[in-house]
Amino acid sequence: MYSLFPPEFFKLTIPLSGYLILSAILFTIGVATFLFRRNVITVFMAIELMLNAVNLTFVTFSNHFGKVDGQIFSFFVMVVAAAEAAVGLAIILMVFRNRSTLQIDDFDTLKN
Amino acid sequence: MDLVLFLTFALIAVACAINMSLQRHPVSSALSLVGVMVSLAVLYVLLGAEFIAAAQLVVYSGAIMVLFVFVIMLLNTGAEKMSKKAGTAHFLGFPLLVILLAVASWVITNATSAMKPVKFGAFTGGGPREVGWELFTRYLLPFEVTSILILIAIAGAYRLANKEMD
Repeated sequence: MYSLFPPEFFKLTIPLSGYLILSAILFTIGVATFLFRRNVITVFMAIELMLNAVNLTFVTFSNHFGKVDGQIFSFFVMVVAAAEAAVGLAIILMVFRNRSTLQIDDFDTLKN
Repeated sequence: MDLVLFLTFALIAVACAINMSLQRHPVSSALSLVGVMVSLAVLYVLLGAEFIAAAQLVVYSGAIMVLFVFVIMLLNTGAEKMSKKAGTAHFLGFPLLVILLAVASWVITNATSAMKPVKFGAFTGGGPREVGWELFTRYLLPFEVTSILILIAIAGAYRLANKEMD
Protein backbone atom coordinates (compact mmCIF):
# COMPACT_ATOMS: atom_id res chain seq x y z
CA MET A 1 0.00 0.00 0.00
CA TYR A 2 2.83 2.41 0.79
CA SER A 3 4.18 2.17 -2.74
CA LEU A 4 0.87 3.22 -4.26
CA PHE A 5 1.04 6.76 -2.90
CA PRO A 6 3.92 9.21 -2.65
CA PRO A 7 5.28 9.56 0.90
CA GLU A 8 3.99 13.13 1.17
CA PHE A 9 0.46 11.75 1.00
CA PHE A 10 0.78 10.23 4.46
CA LYS A 11 1.97 13.50 5.99
CA LEU A 12 -1.06 15.50 4.84
CA THR A 13 -3.05 17.21 7.58
CA ILE A 14 -6.76 17.85 7.71
CA PRO A 15 -7.97 21.45 7.61
CA LEU A 16 -10.11 22.54 10.54
CA SER A 17 -13.02 23.15 8.19
CA GLY A 18 -13.08 19.44 7.31
CA TYR A 19 -14.24 18.48 10.78
CA LEU A 20 -16.60 21.45 11.04
CA ILE A 21 -18.25 20.77 7.67
CA LEU A 22 -18.63 17.09 8.60
CA SER A 23 -20.36 18.26 11.76
CA ALA A 24 -22.64 20.56 9.72
CA ILE A 25 -23.53 17.70 7.34
CA LEU A 26 -24.41 15.38 10.24
CA PHE A 27 -26.48 18.12 11.86
CA THR A 28 -28.38 18.76 8.63
CA ILE A 29 -29.12 15.04 8.20
CA GLY A 30 -30.36 15.05 11.79
CA VAL A 31 -32.69 17.99 11.09
CA ALA A 32 -33.95 16.29 7.92
CA THR A 33 -34.69 13.08 9.80
CA PHE A 34 -36.40 15.05 12.54
CA LEU A 35 -38.64 16.83 10.04
CA PHE A 36 -39.49 14.09 7.57
CA ARG A 37 -39.86 10.92 9.61
CA ARG A 38 -43.12 9.92 11.26
CA ASN A 39 -41.93 7.38 13.84
CA VAL A 40 -41.44 8.96 17.25
CA ILE A 41 -38.44 6.71 18.11
CA THR A 42 -36.66 7.65 14.87
CA VAL A 43 -37.36 11.32 15.56
CA PHE A 44 -35.80 10.85 18.98
CA MET A 45 -32.73 9.22 17.41
CA ALA A 46 -32.41 12.25 15.10
CA ILE A 47 -32.06 14.44 18.20
CA GLU A 48 -29.20 12.23 19.41
CA LEU A 49 -27.53 12.58 16.00
CA MET A 50 -27.75 16.39 16.22
CA LEU A 51 -26.24 16.32 19.73
CA ASN A 52 -23.38 14.18 18.40
CA ALA A 53 -22.72 16.64 15.57
CA VAL A 54 -22.48 19.50 18.06
CA ASN A 55 -20.10 17.43 20.21
CA LEU A 56 -17.79 17.03 17.21
CA THR A 57 -17.63 20.82 16.85
CA PHE A 58 -16.81 21.22 20.56
CA VAL A 59 -13.99 18.67 20.39
CA THR A 60 -12.61 20.20 17.17
CA PHE A 61 -12.35 23.63 18.73
CA SER A 62 -10.88 22.12 21.88
CA ASN A 63 -8.14 20.72 19.65
CA HIS A 64 -7.71 24.03 17.84
CA PHE A 65 -7.35 26.19 20.94
CA GLY A 66 -5.31 23.58 22.80
CA LYS A 67 -7.64 23.71 25.82
CA VAL A 68 -9.68 20.97 27.39
CA ASP A 69 -12.80 23.08 28.07
CA GLY A 70 -14.53 22.06 24.84
CA GLN A 71 -14.17 18.42 25.78
CA ILE A 72 -15.69 19.13 29.20
CA PHE A 73 -18.65 20.74 27.45
CA SER A 74 -19.12 17.75 25.18
CA PHE A 75 -18.93 15.54 28.29
CA PHE A 76 -21.79 17.51 29.83
CA VAL A 77 -23.75 17.26 26.58
CA MET A 78 -23.36 13.47 26.78
CA VAL A 79 -24.63 13.38 30.36
CA VAL A 80 -27.62 15.57 29.53
CA ALA A 81 -28.33 13.38 26.48
CA ALA A 82 -28.35 10.29 28.69
CA ALA A 83 -30.82 11.90 31.12
CA GLU A 84 -32.93 13.12 28.21
CA ALA A 85 -33.00 9.67 26.62
CA ALA A 86 -34.14 8.05 29.87
CA VAL A 87 -37.01 10.50 30.42
CA GLY A 88 -37.96 10.73 26.73
CA LEU A 89 -38.14 6.98 26.24
CA ALA A 90 -40.23 6.68 29.41
CA ILE A 91 -42.61 9.28 27.92
CA ILE A 92 -42.73 7.30 24.66
CA LEU A 93 -43.58 4.12 26.60
CA MET A 94 -46.31 6.02 28.45
CA VAL A 95 -47.80 7.44 25.25
CA PHE A 96 -47.71 4.05 23.54
CA ARG A 97 -49.48 2.50 26.51
CA ASN A 98 -52.31 5.03 26.20
CA ARG A 99 -52.53 5.40 22.41
CA SER A 100 -51.14 2.11 21.00
CA THR A 101 -49.32 3.96 18.20
CA LEU A 102 -45.93 5.52 17.51
CA GLN A 103 -46.96 7.72 14.55
CA ILE A 104 -46.39 11.34 15.57
CA ASP A 105 -49.34 12.46 13.44
CA ASP A 106 -51.62 10.78 15.97
CA PHE A 107 -50.19 12.75 18.91
CA ASP A 108 -52.15 15.96 18.23
CA THR A 109 -54.00 16.48 21.49
CA LEU A 110 -52.26 19.84 22.09
CA LYS A 111 -53.05 21.10 18.58
CA ASN A 112 -55.49 24.05 18.23
CA MET B 1 -2.26 8.64 7.34
CA ASP B 2 -4.39 11.32 9.06
CA LEU B 3 -6.25 12.16 5.89
CA VAL B 4 -6.96 8.53 5.02
CA LEU B 5 -8.40 7.80 8.46
CA PHE B 6 -10.40 11.04 8.50
CA LEU B 7 -11.89 10.48 5.05
CA THR B 8 -12.71 6.83 5.76
CA PHE B 9 -14.53 7.46 9.01
CA ALA B 10 -16.16 10.70 7.84
CA LEU B 11 -17.61 8.80 4.87
CA ILE B 12 -18.77 5.97 7.15
CA ALA B 13 -20.41 8.50 9.48
CA VAL B 14 -22.24 10.32 6.69
CA ALA B 15 -23.31 7.06 5.01
CA CYS B 16 -24.63 5.66 8.29
CA ALA B 17 -26.48 8.92 9.02
CA ILE B 18 -28.15 8.90 5.60
CA ASN B 19 -29.02 5.24 6.06
CA MET B 20 -30.53 6.04 9.46
CA SER B 21 -32.68 8.67 7.80
CA LEU B 22 -33.88 6.34 5.03
CA GLN B 23 -34.55 3.06 6.86
CA ARG B 24 -38.20 2.26 7.51
CA HIS B 25 -37.70 0.10 10.60
CA PRO B 26 -36.49 1.72 13.85
CA VAL B 27 -34.04 -1.12 14.60
CA SER B 28 -32.19 -0.49 11.34
CA SER B 29 -32.06 3.22 12.19
CA ALA B 30 -30.68 2.41 15.64
CA LEU B 31 -27.91 0.21 14.20
CA SER B 32 -26.97 2.95 11.70
CA LEU B 33 -26.83 5.45 14.55
CA VAL B 34 -24.40 3.13 16.39
CA GLY B 35 -22.24 3.22 13.23
CA VAL B 36 -22.24 7.03 13.30
CA MET B 37 -21.26 7.09 16.97
CA VAL B 38 -18.41 4.59 16.59
CA SER B 39 -16.90 6.48 13.67
CA LEU B 40 -17.23 9.74 15.61
CA ALA B 41 -15.29 8.08 18.44
CA VAL B 42 -12.45 7.34 15.99
CA LEU B 43 -12.51 11.00 14.90
CA TYR B 44 -12.27 12.07 18.56
CA VAL B 45 -9.12 9.97 18.91
CA LEU B 46 -7.72 11.69 15.80
CA LEU B 47 -8.48 15.04 17.47
CA GLY B 48 -6.61 14.01 20.62
CA ALA B 49 -9.65 13.54 22.85
CA GLU B 50 -9.07 10.02 24.16
CA PHE B 51 -11.29 10.29 27.21
CA ILE B 52 -14.23 11.69 25.25
CA ALA B 53 -13.78 8.93 22.65
CA ALA B 54 -14.01 6.27 25.36
CA ALA B 55 -17.00 8.01 26.94
CA GLN B 56 -18.65 8.22 23.52
CA LEU B 57 -18.33 4.47 23.07
CA VAL B 58 -19.44 3.60 26.61
CA VAL B 59 -22.19 6.17 27.18
CA TYR B 60 -23.62 6.73 23.71
CA SER B 61 -23.21 3.53 21.73
CA GLY B 62 -23.29 1.46 24.91
CA ALA B 63 -25.89 2.83 27.30
CA ILE B 64 -28.14 5.14 25.29
CA MET B 65 -28.46 2.96 22.21
CA VAL B 66 -29.12 -0.14 24.32
CA LEU B 67 -31.94 1.86 25.94
CA PHE B 68 -33.31 2.65 22.48
CA VAL B 69 -33.13 -0.96 21.37
CA PHE B 70 -34.87 -2.07 24.57
CA VAL B 71 -37.74 0.33 23.95
CA ILE B 72 -38.03 -0.74 20.30
CA MET B 73 -38.12 -4.36 21.48
CA LEU B 74 -40.76 -3.62 24.11
CA LEU B 75 -43.04 -1.72 21.75
CA ASN B 76 -42.48 -3.92 18.69
CA THR B 77 -44.48 -1.86 16.22
CA GLY B 78 -42.73 -2.79 12.97
CA ALA B 79 -41.99 -0.47 10.07
CA GLU B 80 -43.53 2.98 10.02
CA LYS B 81 -46.33 3.97 7.70
CA MET B 82 -46.08 6.99 5.46
CA SER B 83 -48.61 9.73 6.00
CA LYS B 84 -49.90 12.57 3.85
CA LYS B 85 -49.97 15.18 6.60
CA ALA B 86 -46.46 16.61 6.22
CA GLY B 87 -46.95 18.46 2.94
CA THR B 88 -45.37 21.77 3.87
CA ALA B 89 -42.35 20.15 5.43
CA HIS B 90 -41.70 18.09 2.29
CA PHE B 91 -42.00 21.00 -0.13
CA LEU B 92 -40.12 23.59 1.90
CA GLY B 93 -37.87 21.33 3.94
CA PHE B 94 -35.33 20.09 1.42
CA PRO B 95 -34.52 23.47 -0.20
CA LEU B 96 -34.25 25.13 3.21
CA LEU B 97 -31.96 22.37 4.51
CA VAL B 98 -29.73 22.63 1.43
CA ILE B 99 -29.54 26.39 1.97
CA LEU B 100 -28.70 25.83 5.66
CA LEU B 101 -25.89 23.43 4.77
CA ALA B 102 -24.52 25.69 2.02
CA VAL B 103 -24.50 28.80 4.21
CA ALA B 104 -22.94 26.89 7.12
CA SER B 105 -20.19 25.46 4.88
CA TRP B 106 -19.51 28.89 3.34
CA VAL B 107 -19.25 30.58 6.73
CA ILE B 108 -17.04 27.79 8.11
CA THR B 109 -14.72 27.83 5.10
CA ASN B 110 -14.36 31.61 5.24
CA ALA B 111 -13.87 31.83 8.98
CA THR B 112 -11.38 28.99 9.39
CA SER B 113 -9.28 29.37 6.24
CA ALA B 114 -6.43 31.06 8.16
CA MET B 115 -6.48 28.61 11.09
CA LYS B 116 -3.84 25.95 11.40
CA PRO B 117 -4.80 22.43 10.27
CA VAL B 118 -5.42 19.54 12.63
CA LYS B 119 -2.43 17.27 13.09
CA PHE B 120 -2.65 13.98 14.96
CA GLY B 121 -0.51 14.07 18.09
CA ALA B 122 -0.19 17.86 18.23
CA PHE B 123 -2.70 18.18 21.07
CA THR B 124 -2.15 15.84 24.01
CA GLY B 125 -4.41 17.39 26.64
CA GLY B 126 -7.38 15.06 26.22
CA GLY B 127 -6.48 12.14 28.46
CA PRO B 128 -8.50 11.17 31.55
CA ARG B 129 -5.96 12.90 33.80
CA GLU B 130 -6.30 16.34 32.21
CA VAL B 131 -10.07 16.11 31.73
CA GLY B 132 -10.56 14.91 35.31
CA TRP B 133 -8.37 17.69 36.67
CA GLU B 134 -10.46 20.37 34.94
CA LEU B 135 -13.71 18.61 35.79
CA PHE B 136 -13.01 18.48 39.52
CA THR B 137 -11.46 21.93 39.91
CA ARG B 138 -12.89 24.59 37.60
CA TYR B 139 -16.05 22.71 36.62
CA LEU B 140 -16.87 21.22 40.02
CA LEU B 141 -20.16 23.11 40.48
CA PRO B 142 -21.59 22.16 37.03
CA PHE B 143 -20.50 18.59 37.72
CA GLU B 144 -22.44 18.46 40.98
CA VAL B 145 -25.47 20.13 39.40
CA THR B 146 -25.35 17.44 36.69
CA SER B 147 -25.57 14.75 39.35
CA ILE B 148 -28.76 16.37 40.68
CA LEU B 149 -30.10 16.49 37.10
CA ILE B 150 -29.48 12.77 36.70
CA LEU B 151 -31.19 12.08 40.04
CA ILE B 152 -34.27 14.01 38.86
CA ALA B 153 -34.18 12.15 35.53
CA ILE B 154 -34.10 8.79 37.31
CA ALA B 155 -37.05 9.79 39.50
CA GLY B 156 -38.99 11.09 36.49
CA ALA B 157 -38.35 8.03 34.36
CA TYR B 158 -39.35 5.76 37.25
CA ARG B 159 -42.56 7.70 37.84
CA LEU B 160 -43.47 7.78 34.13
CA ALA B 161 -42.75 4.15 33.43
CA ASN B 162 -44.38 2.76 36.56
CA LYS B 163 -47.68 4.44 37.28
CA GLU B 164 -50.82 4.40 35.25
CA MET B 165 -51.66 8.02 34.45
CA ASP B 166 -55.23 9.18 34.15
